[in-house]
Amino acid sequence: MGAGHGTGGGGISAMYVPGHSPVHRLEPHTKLVAVLAFALVVVLTPVHAGWAPAAYVGFLLLLLGVAALARIRPGRIVRGLVVEVPFVLFAALLPFVSRGPRVEVLGLSLSENGLAAGGSILAKATLSVLAATLLAATTDPRALLRGLDRLRLPSVLVQILTFMIRYADVVGGELARMKVARESRGFRARRVGALKVLGPAAGSLFIRSYERGERVHLAMLSRGYTGRLPTGPVAVVGGRSWAAALSLPLAAGAVLAAGSLLG
Amino acid sequence: MHVPDGYLDAATTAGTAAVAAAGVALALRGARRELDERTAPMAGLTAAFVFAVQMMNFPVAYGTSGHLIGGALTAVLVGPWTAALCMTVVLMVQALVFADGGLTALGTNVGLMGLVAVGVGYGAFRLLRALLPATRTGLLAAAGVGAFLSVPAAALVFVGLFGLGGVADVSVASVAAAMGGVHLLIGLGEAAISVAVLGAVLAVRPDLVRGARHLQRATALAPRPESAGRPVAPNTVAPVSAPTSAPVDAR
Repeated sequence: MGAGHGTGGGGISAMYVPGHSPVHRLEPHTKLVAVLAFALVVVLTPVHAGWAPAAYVGFLLLLLGVAALARIRPGRIVRGLVVEVPFVLFAALLPFVSRGPRVEVLGLSLSENGLAAGGSILAKATLSVLAATLLAATTDPRALLRGLDRLRLPSVLVQILTFMIRYADVVGGELARMKVARESRGFRARRVGALKVLGPAAGSLFIRSYERGERVHLAMLSRGYTGRLPTGPVAVVGGRSWAAALSLPLAAGAVLAAGSLLG
Repeated sequence: MHVPDGYLDAATTAGTAAVAAAGVALALRGARRELDERTAPMAGLTAAFVFAVQMMNFPVAYGTSGHLIGGALTAVLVGPWTAALCMTVVLMVQALVFADGGLTALGTNVGLMGLVAVGVGYGAFRLLRALLPATRTGLLAAAGVGAFLSVPAAALVFVGLFGLGGVADVSVASVAAAMGGVHLLIGLGEAAISVAVLGAVLAVRPDLVRGARHLQRATALAPRPESAGRPVAPNTVAPVSAPTSAPVDAR
């Protein structure tokens, strides 16, 4: 089963950019809390406040600062934004379908309310996607799992996540090889009739995954698995490292507070 | 249909997160019944399958293509609790590693795609399975309807949440009509793909389809038809007067 490593660009490990920056070195569970708290501050920003756009710019500058500190190239961050595309469309529709007073922009009658809501949805979603992209780029998926474990996520859930992350690229690699095999036999998925070929392909992928799961389970039993994965010694995390991690959401909170006091 | 951060207000987000956490806790207990001590590896590999198959593009019509969401199909294959866990895990990885779906909205997404889609899809499947004849066609039809309904159901629950705690002032009816219409079409694709995949698994390994257990009859061990000259085996106590070719009951 040597294949499946490094196949396809969309693999789970492809999101991580190895490095030794201060952001990379932070303990994963402090980073998780920091990014979640940052996203919470962003979501809590009132939509219809006049200072909201200024706050969004402030949040963006904070994230760009973290990206610079982590030495993540801008191209990497922009690529993370691709997942957002469907929501750009939804947000762009809001000014047309929202109720309330209308304004004329370039000859179109748009809802004022909808413009603010659409703009803020777009800004908030973008900021949150950027924060999550930075987290994924500076944290190895295995470290993320350790972090979730330390945050007391139920152990079974962490184990399922562990197996999923371990084998996602293997199963994805099998799918990619089946695609290469199909296409080298002249198959082109063009019409609904292609389901007759693609359905069985996905079905056999399920059977292979399920059987692999049984083999993995038996192999682990024979190595003494009792339903818990042993974890190594847990590093003590001091106040300083928490402070470093939480400086991002605290700064964002300060931006929010400044906006609501001054605005 | 991943909900990003900032679509719903804080109260609605917190509410859905609490519901999702309770649902996942229930699913963790239920999955242990479905998979006993194999829960972690089996659910993990099934989640890896769901994750991979979501990246597979199926041609739908007029040059467009769609992909499977897989909640209902997974529920029929491995059982509803395990399916809910698999969807949860896939959504967590998508939010944490691929920034797909908001971090604070993770609870909302798990609620919609892990609980509503799986619950409605599996519920409809079970209901129809009881009503339709217990054949392969009946099973596939029930699974197809379940997969079809799971998509618009999740979309309509999202519209309801948007009406409760959305940040934009839009008429819920118009959003419901638009979202419902689009997701009815997506549901048709979901049903077609689910039936194709399920049919393929049923043809090769029907024993792996949890929702099709009722189709498998316990096959009794039937004795070979006896040849005329052979004496009756001593443990089949046949009356002496009976002809040797009398059928022996399978025990």
